[in-house]
Amino acid sequence: MRLIKGSAVLLVVLFLAVPAFAQLDLNGTWGARSNQDDMERGPGPDPVDYLGLPLNGEGRARALSFNYSMLSLQEYQCIYWSPFYIVSGPFGLRISSELDPVTANVIDWKIGGWVDRDVTTIWMDGRPHPSASAPHTFGGFTTGVWEGDTLTTYTTHMKASMIRRNGAPVSDRATMTMHISRHGDLLTIRALLEDPVYLSEAYVRSRTWQLDARGNLGNGVSSPCEPISELPRADTAVVIPHYLPGKNPFVNELTEKHNIPVDAVLGGAETMYPEFRKKLTGYVPPAICTRYCGCGNLGVPCIIDGSGIPK
Amino acid sequence: MIPGALLAIILFQATAGKTIAPIDLTGYWVSVITQDWRWRMVTPAKGDYQSIPITLEAKKAGDAWDPAKDEAAGEQCKAYGAPALMAIPTRLHITWEDDNTLRVDTDAGLQTRRFHFGNWEALNSSPTWQGSSVAEWQVPRTAQGTAPKSGALKVMTTNIRSGYLRKNGVPYSAQAKLTEYWDLSTESNADRWITITSSVEDSQYLRQPYITTLQFKKEADGTKWDPTPCSAR
Repeated sequence: MRLIKGSAVLLVVLFLAVPAFAQLDLNGTWGARSNQDDMERGPGPDPVDYLGLPLNGEGRARALSFNYSMLSLQEYQCIYWSPFYIVSGPFGLRISSELDPVTANVIDWKIGGWVDRDVTTIWMDGRPHPSASAPHTFGGFTTGVWEGDTLTTYTTHMKASMIRRNGAPVSDRATMTMHISRHGDLLTIRALLEDPVYLSEAYVRSRTWQLDARGNLGNGVSSPCEPISELPRADTAVVIPHYLPGKNPFVNELTEKHNIPVDAVLGGAETMYPEFRKKLTGYVPPAICTRYCGCGNLGVPCIIDGSGIPK
Repeated sequence: MIPGALLAIILFQATAGKTIAPIDLTGYWVSVITQDWRWRMVTPAKGDYQSIPITLEAKKAGDAWDPAKDEAAGEQCKAYGAPALMAIPTRLHITWEDDNTLRVDTDAGLQTRRFHFGNWEALNSSPTWQGSSVAEWQVPRTAQGTAPKSGALKVMTTNIRSGYLRKNGVPYSAQAKLTEYWDLSTESNADRWITITSSVEDSQYLRQPYITTLQFKKEADGTKWDPTPCSAR
């Protein structure tokens, strides 16, 4: 009886040994674990693959004007992706908090930057968002609040960028909401992007990371970048690489390679929902995978890239 | 005498799953396919294993995929088992079947999952497509005597009949274990979303846990519910 009573007291002591309303600790290095979107996160999406993107007409037109050579222009080489890239990029996360030296309350959480994404600072001290006319930055301005064990954040003041690495655009009027939840050593972020300029509906993506004590993600700050001249046009050209309306040569590529109708390839909100499959009744899968088949590291020849050759 | 805080914990664990539910998952939900579209909305090519950490044995099985053979054997539902079902473009209808059983129906494939709370133990039965699921609420700590108003649902599923992780025959075995965390969140425009963090472990066909996240948006009613049988293609 004494043992039972002692155990009960011990349990209560352990239970009460932490603050009653402590939120989850997000600090640490989180390794990328999601087994989704390998191609988009790795080599990059196919050109003109807007499947499942709620682009409006303006967004689609802007996306179709995109020419990859544009990224070689000095003016574009050092542009970071938008904070939304957290849920579509390939890397792990380094998350840290900054404490108030007097109260020990969390002032902010920082999601460390990558080579191509700026640091996201999540302000937890109740400060307001800047005025609409305040400068926009690559990292945007983010505030956060705990809703139970979920950290909900809201980001404004982002620079215009892309939401898919094939030119699908996001404007500087976009806002992003993230819900960050932790279950054991798994961290999941669901991000919702709203853009009155290029999207007809919110664009939602989610992704999971795993706590990784051996993770080496550098110092968690975005990398410096020095633009250099990569193109012969150098200092004389007056043309920014682009495609005029109706001239994008890649519009039919996904149809030719995967039998997917152009109506789907060009995206739009309706492509996000199950009922869109009724418009795909004529679809027949290709007989065999011929590129990016995802079967590397098995010790047998396999098509792992766009060459179509087993390696 | 048992202290109040401990008693509260004991009572929380012993009370029916419905009674203590910190979040309401019931209603109609639609999957929103913004990720892996080409591998979920349509059946990808044979031999396309992208994103799945398969073993060599899984590749051999996948390379031998034959949907006509599955149809002939009446096994059109092999891609609708618990480890793959939530990734199928579908609508969910979630209801409480009884105080300790949360029921999830899908219109795609006409499947039913049952999440059992409390001290439920699976019958010693043959594996099924949806297996045996044990559920528990995960709630943040609250002040003594205060019921939690947020939380998540953890579901652990075993005893699953072997099937496909993807419609093009990427396999999982009968030893597969599925662990899911169901989170509910509300946007500023009052839209409600379920996010499912899913992890499939299968030492036969997976080199490491197969981890995905899936999202469902709440719908006002079931007017778009569209019952459709399983398809092997």
